[in-house]
Amino acid sequence: MTRLPQADLEAAAAERRAQAAAARARRVERERELAREAARWLGDDLVDGPFEFREQFEVVVSPGRAHAFLEYLRDGLGFTMFVDCTAVDYLKYEHGEHPERFAVVWTLANLDQEAYLRVKAYVDEDDPVIRSATDLWPGANWAEREVYDMYGIEFSGHPNLIRLLCPQEFSGHPLRKDYPLRGRGERDNFPVIRRGVEERY
Amino acid sequence: MGLEDFLGDGFLSTRIKDLLAWGRRNSLWPMPFGTACCAIEMMSTLSSRYDMSRFGAEVVRFSPRQSDLLIVGGRVTLKMMPVLQRIWLQMPEPKWSISMGACASCGGVFDTYTMIQGVDQFIPVDVYIPGCPPRPENLIDAVRLIQDKVSGVDIQRLIDERTGIPQLPRLEEMQARRARGAFEVPR
Repeated sequence: MTRLPQADLEAAAAERRAQAAAARARRVERERELAREAARWLGDDLVDGPFEFREQFEVVVSPGRAHAFLEYLRDGLGFTMFVDCTAVDYLKYEHGEHPERFAVVWTLANLDQEAYLRVKAYVDEDDPVIRSATDLWPGANWAEREVYDMYGIEFSGHPNLIRLLCPQEFSGHPLRKDYPLRGRGERDNFPVIRRGVEERY
Repeated sequence: MGLEDFLGDGFLSTRIKDLLAWGRRNSLWPMPFGTACCAIEMMSTLSSRYDMSRFGAEVVRFSPRQSDLLIVGGRVTLKMMPVLQRIWLQMPEPKWSISMGACASCGGVFDTYTMIQGVDQFIPVDVYIPGCPPRPENLIDAVRLIQDKVSGVDIQRLIDERTGIPQLPRLEEMQARRARGAFEVPR
């Protein structure tokens, strides 16, 4: 087996890097175009955005219109894959102002165009309710349960909105920033089992 | 002397209690409750290199109803604690337990809302093993201490003699301190 000269190998590697960079630039351009398209569709319900940060795009939508917007993204713009649903607690957040304390974040993927889009909706702190996306993507089921468990944000229309990770009798929502690290005494709240009869033996 | 003189060679007199203890100490059936890396050391201890069967404790039963030695190795979470207590209650008497490693003994580095800070707060523990994770030799040592305890030896005195370290407060004392609020953390 003959080996190519070192110079040829390096040239081939540079070529591959250039191709990858070009493909990435094309993908970012497609994502930018899709984010603009989505923002245009929203009109007055576009709260903010579309933002671009490190080649990732984000659109902020009003909570009442979020479900319709997600449906449009799935059926109109080809974001057929639900990647994740999570939330953010902006209490004690030091970098910039936010209109509400909590935000629900969906990450969607368009597999045909190899594009991602992040959708964010701020929800009211006193009444954190938003419509569930379970009817659009069944995969949202557990993600929304986790958000409910960790942040206490309720998803109306969810078929089985119970805690995902913490025990069902757990009270409190641990990822809220005002929840203490060591809990509120939940870990000490068990019956103590003592030795009963072993002294007989 | 006595009965053995009367019966001749091949006979030995003892007490039923000691005979039972002799049988029990040499055939401990552990119930592994391994939830983390300590369980890996436990497996190592049981398999051929360290070979727990030298001490008669190699028959690992994953059914608490067939075992008499609970080895808790690893982190115990809020969600797991009721399961652990149920397993302990399902084990038939007489039974013993080992708290293996830092996490099972005191929560280790995991001082968060979801971690039990030592299983001894909620179930009885006979022998604690320090280490993160402990080496197989430590587990073997703990099993031998359990064997001594089964035979009726005061293992606390044994440990004090061996290490020269003064006794730690007993569990009752720790629980009384806890009831007085000595371990309360600021919330």
